[in-house]
Amino acid sequence: MVRSKSWGSRIADAAIVGVLLFLALLTLAPLVHTIAESLSNGAKAAANEVGFWPKEFTWASYTTLLQGGGFFHAFWISVKIVILNGVLNFFLTILMAYPLSKTPQEFPARRIYIWVVVFTMLFNGGLIPWYITIAHLGIINTIWALVLPGAVQVFNVLILMNYFRSLPKELDEAARLDGAGPWYICWKIFVPLSLPALATVMLFDVVSQWNSFFNGFILINNPHNYPLMTFIQQLVTESQAANLSLLTPAQIAELSKTTGPSLNAAKFIIGMIPMLAIYPFIQRYFIRGIRLGSLNE
Amino acid sequence: MDSFLSPRGTGGDSLQIRPIAERTSPLTAKKVAQASVPPKRRTRIQWSYHLMLFPGLLFLIAFSYLPMAGITIAFKEYIPALGFFKSPWVGLANFKVMLVLPEIAQVFINTVSISSSEIVLLILLPVIIALMLNEVRKQWYKRTVQTIIYMPHFISWVILAGMILNLFALHGMVNNFLAAFGVKPINFMASNVWFRPIVVSSFVWTQMGFDTIVYLAALTAINPSLYEAAALDGANRWKQMIHVTIPGIMPTVVLLSALSLGNLLNANFEQVFLMYNPLVYPTGDIIQTWVYRTGLVNANFSLATAVGLLQSVIGFILIVISYRLAYKFANYRIF
Repeated sequence: MVRSKSWGSRIADAAIVGVLLFLALLTLAPLVHTIAESLSNGAKAAANEVGFWPKEFTWASYTTLLQGGGFFHAFWISVKIVILNGVLNFFLTILMAYPLSKTPQEFPARRIYIWVVVFTMLFNGGLIPWYITIAHLGIINTIWALVLPGAVQVFNVLILMNYFRSLPKELDEAARLDGAGPWYICWKIFVPLSLPALATVMLFDVVSQWNSFFNGFILINNPHNYPLMTFIQQLVTESQAANLSLLTPAQIAELSKTTGPSLNAAKFIIGMIPMLAIYPFIQRYFIRGIRLGSLNE
Repeated sequence: MDSFLSPRGTGGDSLQIRPIAERTSPLTAKKVAQASVPPKRRTRIQWSYHLMLFPGLLFLIAFSYLPMAGITIAFKEYIPALGFFKSPWVGLANFKVMLVLPEIAQVFINTVSISSSEIVLLILLPVIIALMLNEVRKQWYKRTVQTIIYMPHFISWVILAGMILNLFALHGMVNNFLAAFGVKPINFMASNVWFRPIVVSSFVWTQMGFDTIVYLAALTAINPSLYEAAALDGANRWKQMIHVTIPGIMPTVVLLSALSLGNLLNANFEQVFLMYNPLVYPTGDIIQTWVYRTGLVNANFSLATAVGLLQSVIGFILIVISYRLAYKFANYRIF
C-alpha cells in the first residue's frame, strides 16, 4: 500500500491506535476485576472495595475450591462430557460429511439426504417437544442427556462437507482406480487432508459443550451430577433462598462456606481457563476454518 | 435441484469467503466416474455411503425429527401420563388462548427489539473495527488487539453474566465509578430503562471481535494494485478507504446482513435467562424465556409449545427469505 506521511495521516494513526487500545481494555477490564476479586480477602471483595488490584492478597478462594464443595467434581463431569461428545462428534461429522460431499452423479440419494440434514437447521420442534422427547428416551438425569442430543452438529457437517468438496477430485478418482473403497478414501485420504477444518469444528464443539449450562439445568435433576457451568450458575448466579429448596441441608451448609464474591470470582476464573488456554493456539486453524463456516450463521 | 452443485463463477469472485463448490475442479466429469466403475462395485459404493450416513441420521431423527412430531401437542391438551400420541386433541384452543394473552405480544416485541438492535450493531461495529485494524501497520499490535477483543466469545454466558451482574450491581464497579461524578447509585438490573441497553451492549461486547474476523478476511482479499492505482491518482488514505476498501468488503457486508435476518426472532436465550428477573419482565422477557417458564416451570406444555411453534414457523420463513436474499445479492448458497 502506498501511504503518505502527512500530519493528518499521523493523527489518524494515533486515533486508531487509541480507539483500538480502548476496545482491548474494555474487553479486559471485567476479567482483570474478576481476577483481582478472586485474589482478594473475601470481606474486602464483599464490601466492593476491590477494583483492578487485589486487596489483602490471598490464595484463600482457590484453596477453598480445592478442598471440595463439589467444584472439581463438576469440573470433571464437564471434562467427561466434552470428551464423550467430542469423540461422537468427530466420527459422526466425518461420516456424514463425506457422502454428502459427493455429487448427485456419484451418489444420487444425496439430493434427499442433504434436505433431510439441512431442514433440521431451518426448523425445529421447539424447547418443550425437545424436552419431552428426551424424557421419553429415558436418558434424563444421566450424562447421556448432555452428550447425545448434541452429537450431530449440522452446521459442522456442512463446514466439513464444503471443505471435502474443495479438495481436488483427482485424489478421489486416482484412489478409486487403485481399488480403494469409500471407507479407505474417507479415512486415509480425505480426513488427513482436512485437519484444519476438522480442528475448527472440533473447537466449536468443545467450546459450546464446555460453556453450555442450560441443558444441564433442565435435563439433570440431581445437583451432584451437574456439569461445571450449571454448577456455577446454580450456586453463584442464583444463590437466593428460592433455589436452595432444591438442595439438601448438607449442601446448603456447604454453600454457605463456598459463596461470596471472591470465591465466585475464583470459580469464574477456573471455569474459563480451559477455553482461554485453547483458543489462541487454534486461532490459526480457526481463522482458516471460519472462512468456510461463518457464512452459514 | 442440481443448481446448487453447479459451479457459479460470477459474482462470488469479489468475495474472499465464498462457497467452496466454486473451486471444485472442472475435470470432474461424471462420465469418468461412471465409466471407470463397474456396476457391481458402484452399488457397493452406494451402500457404503448410505451406511456412513446412517448413525448420524439416527441422531437427527431422535433429537430433531421426533421433537418436530411432538409439535402436535400444540393442538392437544398434553397430559404427561398419556404422552405425545394419546393426549386429546383440542384443535386451535391453545392458539386462541395465545391471542388473548397480553404478554405474548410483549415478548415478541421484546425479542425483536433486542435482536434487531444487536443485528444492526453487529454489522456496523465489526466493519468499523476491521477498517481500523486494517490501518494499523504494526502487525503485533493488530494481532494482539484482535486476539483480545474476540476472547469473550469463548467464555460461557454463565461466567459473562456473572461478571456483568457484578459490574452493574447496586454497589458494583459501574456505580462506584458514577459515584465519583456525584451520580446516585442506579439499580441497573432492576430497571426497565436499563435492562435492554445492558443486554444489547453486553452481547455486542462479546461478539464484535469475533465478527470482525470475517471482515478482516474480506479485507485481505482486496487486490493491492487497486490501492496503488488509487494512490497514483492522488487519493489519500481516507479516499482510498472510501473508494477501494469499502466497496471491496461491501459484498460481505450485504451477505452477512441478509443472513442475519434469519436471527430476528433469536435473542440470546442463555444470556437473557441468566441476566433477567421478574422486575424486568416487561422489557426483558423474550419468547424463549416465556416458553421455558410456561412449559417447564408452570407445566403448561401445550400452550408453551404453541407459542414455540409460532416462533419456529416465523423463524423458518425468515431464514428462507434470508437465504434467498443472500443468493440474490451475493450469489451465495449454503450447501
